[in-house]
This record gives sequence, structure tokens and C-alpha cells, in this order.
Amino acid sequence: MSAVVFARHAMTPAERLRDAGWVAFVGLILGIPLVGLTTVDVGGRLGVETRFGLLAAAVAAVFAGRLLLRWAIDQARNRKQERDRASTATAADRAHGAQRVVNVLGWVALGASIALPIVFSDNRYVVDTATTVLIYVMLGWGLNVVVGLAGLLDLGYVAFYAVGAYSYALLSTQFGWSFWEALPVSGALAASFGILLGYPILRLRGDYLAIVTLGFGEIIRIILVNWTEFSNGPNGISSIPRPSFFGLDFTRSAPEGGQTFAGFFGLEFSPMHRLIFLYYLILVLALLTHAFVSRLRKLPVGRAWEALREDEIACQAMGMNTTNIKLSAFAIGAMLGGFAGVFFAARQGFISPESFTFTESAIILAIVVLGGMGSQMGVVLAATLLVLIPEFGRNFAEYRMLLFGLAMVLIMVWRPGGLLSHREPTVHLNASGKTAATKEAAR
Amino acid sequence: MAYALQQLINGLTLGAMYGLIAIGYTMVYGIIGMINFAHGDIFMVSAFIAVTAFTILAAADVTSIPLALTFVLIVSIFFTSAYGWAVERTAYRPLRGSTRLAPLISAIGMSIFLQNSVQLTQGARVKPIPPVLEGGIVLWEAPGFTVQIGWSQMLIIVTTVILMSAFTWMITQTPFGRQQRACEQDRTMAALLGVNVDRTISYTFMLGAALAAVAGVMVTVYYGVVDFFIGFLAGIKAFTAAVLGGIGSLPGAMLGGLLIGLIESFWAAYLWAEYKDVATFGILCLVLMLRPSGLLGRPEVEKV
Repeated sequence: MSAVVFARHAMTPAERLRDAGWVAFVGLILGIPLVGLTTVDVGGRLGVETRFGLLAAAVAAVFAGRLLLRWAIDQARNRKQERDRASTATAADRAHGAQRVVNVLGWVALGASIALPIVFSDNRYVVDTATTVLIYVMLGWGLNVVVGLAGLLDLGYVAFYAVGAYSYALLSTQFGWSFWEALPVSGALAASFGILLGYPILRLRGDYLAIVTLGFGEIIRIILVNWTEFSNGPNGISSIPRPSFFGLDFTRSAPEGGQTFAGFFGLEFSPMHRLIFLYYLILVLALLTHAFVSRLRKLPVGRAWEALREDEIACQAMGMNTTNIKLSAFAIGAMLGGFAGVFFAARQGFISPESFTFTESAIILAIVVLGGMGSQMGVVLAATLLVLIPEFGRNFAEYRMLLFGLAMVLIMVWRPGGLLSHREPTVHLNASGKTAATKEAAR
Repeated sequence: MAYALQQLINGLTLGAMYGLIAIGYTMVYGIIGMINFAHGDIFMVSAFIAVTAFTILAAADVTSIPLALTFVLIVSIFFTSAYGWAVERTAYRPLRGSTRLAPLISAIGMSIFLQNSVQLTQGARVKPIPPVLEGGIVLWEAPGFTVQIGWSQMLIIVTTVILMSAFTWMITQTPFGRQQRACEQDRTMAALLGVNVDRTISYTFMLGAALAAVAGVMVTVYYGVVDFFIGFLAGIKAFTAAVLGGIGSLPGAMLGGLLIGLIESFWAAYLWAEYKDVATFGILCLVLMLRPSGLLGRPEVEKV
């Protein structure tokens, strides 16, 4: 071997084959009971069906995949080593460059999202899907405060979403409150639920918190299903009033003493007006959320969240009240989830406990994790991907959760920080000896 | 009175199963300090393996029940341990020494992945098997109500007692048990003294999965139906049991399992059956608030 090999542990082809063969063998063992054999209903009884062809194909795929993966990892490592040798740029510089790209992308995305309903003003499907994406973006930003900034794993985020949605639904159908009156009340209600749940639990370690929030999410759903007098049970609440544009309704004919949107502006009535209005509404809500969260990050409380995420014991040693800091993150996250829930109820006009299952919590968590915990742009990217991928291929939809799960594992193993995340120290020492705050730049 | 006695029997059966699953949580927590979120789904996989094995036996006209049960147990334990090993190897080992949140999220991903892969490969429908063990012993003929302990319930309780004794012996007396406890106390020190830490952790996962596999077979025998979603609730309840007993403590897990099983069946019998899951979660919150170290656990001191 005369060629210069950069990898320290270059594997021989035989070693590669043996490695892949071993992985394929494990795949075979794991595959036999689930892929190779299956039980099917044969005339009221179960019968066994074998799928050894599929199993063989799967094992072959695992073998090839392992070979390829191993090779790709080695290649990537070599290239990285070479690059590190050649360039003098530090990791911080590179992160800075990447951040500039992300910033530009953010402005492009903002422009595109404002222009979208104008370009597609007669395409109901596009506007509807974009609205869904924005709901998830907003939920992701809300959860990002809890998971990404404060480092508290919340697996029952959908509970606060449900609290928001049901409070708007009940306030509007039972007491005739309008969207704008109910919005702050519902948000406050969700936040108080967050405090109520968080206060006893937040003193505990992070992984307990995960399970308790998961349990809380399920409790809320079980109550909504079973307490029929309150929530109408599994049938849900229907004919929830839609939001109006400063008192102007989006209906064909004006209600008594009122005016329709189309009538006021002298436009011809079109059902698209409402969709576009809803789209801009959620866009504004999401942008407000973004501005709010970005501001908070620069305040002492935001700094405290991130400090807490990095090292709780150090925070306690510095005299910070960790319970209150966690509680504030939890309450603010819950409030943002509640706002998103109000919008969801107003947009759908119908809600039922079906919409608030653990799967939904897992999807929102996946958005935050995949995007890079703490990264606002990452959430947008992940939400867009996760909503659009199943839209593009309907056959693909049943694999969606499978891929979510797989992606969560792979991303954690590959980049525990997420796709677009840099955990830079807030203050670091420059070569010239001056200290510079790089945190803002790095986000 | 008769009714309460029947609930006691049902509760003990349920509790024995929760206890078996809870040991998997508590052991893993003890050794690497993380909640193995996918453990409930490992249990679910084992139930599916048991259904397949029972169906194969039925097709092969095996009528001897002890033979069938032994075969199903061995098959299920073998494959489920393989799953436990593979989950640890792929999703948790690369993350050792990472942040606290990373392995937890990867575990949730693993749980979602397992659930959906079973749904895709085995179908979303409920799988029923014909009853394996029918009948039982009538304990008490009260007027209007008969207290009965089913053969399957007896099987579950007896198996659990035997397994627990064997398991306690293994942890306290064998070299593997010593290594396991050493890793639990101080992984670095154990490694310095020549304990293969990675292998011990792998064995711990396999052992936990094997116990979950026994629980999976028992559930299949007892209820006769499985679906891909059973792992979620069973996992949460077993975790509650582990926390209630004091996470990291093996007798605690068993005790917690029994308590949760009893509370659940009495709650369902005398209060509101539809809110029995709420009761479990409520207990979890109460225990964490009032006594975070559980009934038999030691308070945890985190050092810098």
C-alpha cells in the first residue's frame, strides 16, 4: 500500500465484508419474526404466512446498506481530516458563514410566505397546505422554547394545544365570544395549565418530566373523550364560529346589522377570501411568536433558560431559582401552544379528541428535534418537510410515522444537536484577546 | 367481599405482568441512568412473536399445552432479547456520554419506529388467538357470585414468582450479577477493574427484554388478543410501577407493579372504569411530588 491513507483505521475489503455480513445476520434474526412471518386471518382463524422472499430482499438491502454506509462514513471522515488540515478557518468562522446563509434563507422564506397566497390565490389546496405548515411552525416555535431553549423534554405538548382549542370552541359556542376575545383568554388558560402541571413536577429531573407530561397529555385526552357533558365526548364540537376581519364576516350573505368582507370592499364573494385571511392570520401569529421568542432570548430570562439547559447544577450554584426559570419556559411554551390551538379550532370549525393524540405530540417534537433544538429556522425547515412529504406521495403516508421515528434516532446519533444547530459558547476568547458575544450571531 | 377477592386475584395477575416489564425499566435506569422509552414496544414485539409462535403450533397440531408454552416462551425470549440488544446497540450506545436529552429522544424515536414497523409488517388489525388455557379453580361459591382463579392467572403468578427468585439469585450471587451491580455503582471504576462495561450493559438490555418477553407471552395467553398499540400504555404503567417502587431498585419494581395492578383493578371495579388510566397517571404525579425516590429507592445525589 503506497497510497497515503488518511484514515487511521482503514478497513480491508475482507473486514468490510465481514462487518456487513454480521450486520446482515442481525438483520436476519430480527427480520424472521416480523418480516419473514406474519399471521393473517384465514376464515375467522389466524394462519401463518411466510414472506421469505421479502426477508431475503431486506437482508440483502441491509448488507448492501451497511457496506455503503461504512464506506460513506470513512470517506466523510477522510475528507474532513483533509479539509481541517488545509484550511485555517475555525469552527466558529464556519458556523458564522453557515449562519449567514440561514439568515438569507429566512428572509427568502418570509418573502415567499407573504407572496404565496397572491400567487396561488385561486388554488385552495396550496393555501390550505401552507396554513397547515404554518400551524406546525407555530407549534414548533412554542415547543422550541421548552425543549430547545430550556432543555425540558415535554411529551404532552398537544395537551396545551387541546386546552387552547377547546377553550375557544366552548367560549364561542356556549358564550358567544369572538375569536379575538377568546384568543388571549385561551392562551392564559393554557399557560395556567402549564403552571399547574409544571409547579410540582419541574423540581424533578428531566426524564421524569418527560413521562409526566406524556401522562398529562393522555389524561387531557381521556377526559375529553369521557366527560361528555363538558366536551361532547368523541363526537367533538362542531360549528365553531370562524374569525372575522375587524367585524366583517366571510360569508355570502351579511348577518343582521353586519357587513360581509366582500360587500365592504366591493368584491365579488369568494370562499377563497376566508382561506387567504386565515393564512395571513396564522402567518402574523407565527411571526409574532417568532419576534416574541427572539426578544425573550436576549433578556435575562432567555439567557437563564439556555444556561439551565447546559448545566443545571452550575445555575443553582450561581444562585438562580431554577424552578421559576423552568416554570416560565413551560408556561410560555404552553401559552403559545394554546394560541395555536385557538387558531386550529377557528380554522377547522370542528374539533374532537382525535386531533390531540400522542402522535401529534411526537410530530411536534420531531419538528423541533429534526430542525435543531433551539434553532428557529430549523423548525420552519422541518415543519415544511414533515407536512409536505406525505402530501407529495399518498402511498407514502403510511410510512410517515416510521420515517419520523427512524429520523429521530438517526439525527440524534449523527448530530445530537439537530440539523441546524450550533452550540457555541455565549462568550469566547478571540485571538486578539478581546471577548466577543457570538451567541446572537450564531443563531 | 367475594367481588373484592376476585378483584384482588385479577389485580395480582395484572400487577405481576407490570412488575416483569418494570424490571426492564429499573435495571436500565440503574445502569445507564436513562428511561428506555422503547421498552414498552419491545414488550409489544414479544407479544406479536408469541402470537405467531402459537399460530405455528396450532397449524402443526401440537396439543400438549406445557410443550406449547415452553416452545413459545423460548422462541419469544430469544427473538425479543435480540431486539433488546439491537435497540441498545443502534440507538443508545452511540449516544453514551452525550447530553441527557439525546438518548431520551432517540428512545422515543425508537419506540415510534418499532410501533410503526410492527403495524406495517403485521397489520394494524387486532390479532386474536384461540384460548390456550381455559377454566380454573373455583375458590368460593358466594350467592350470586363465584370467585375463580383461572389457570392462566395461576400460570402468570407462578411464573413471575419463579422468575423473580431466579433473577434475584442471578443479580446477587453470580459473576454477571456482581459485574452488573458494579457498573451500576461506578462505570469508570468497574471498567478499570476489568469489567467489560459495554457487554454488561448489552446483557442488561437483553435480560430486561427477556423478562418483557415473558410478560408478552403471558399477556397473549391471558387476554388472547394483541395489537401494535399495547406497548404504549403497558410501558407507561410499568414505568409508573418502577417509579413507585423506587427506580433502580429491583424489589421495588416488583412491589410497584403489584400495587399498580391492584390499584387499577380496584379502581376499575369500584370507581370509574373509563378513568383507570387517569388513576395510574395521577399516582405517578403524586409519587413524584411527595416521594421522588419511590417506596424502596435511595434518594439520588447528583455530583458535579
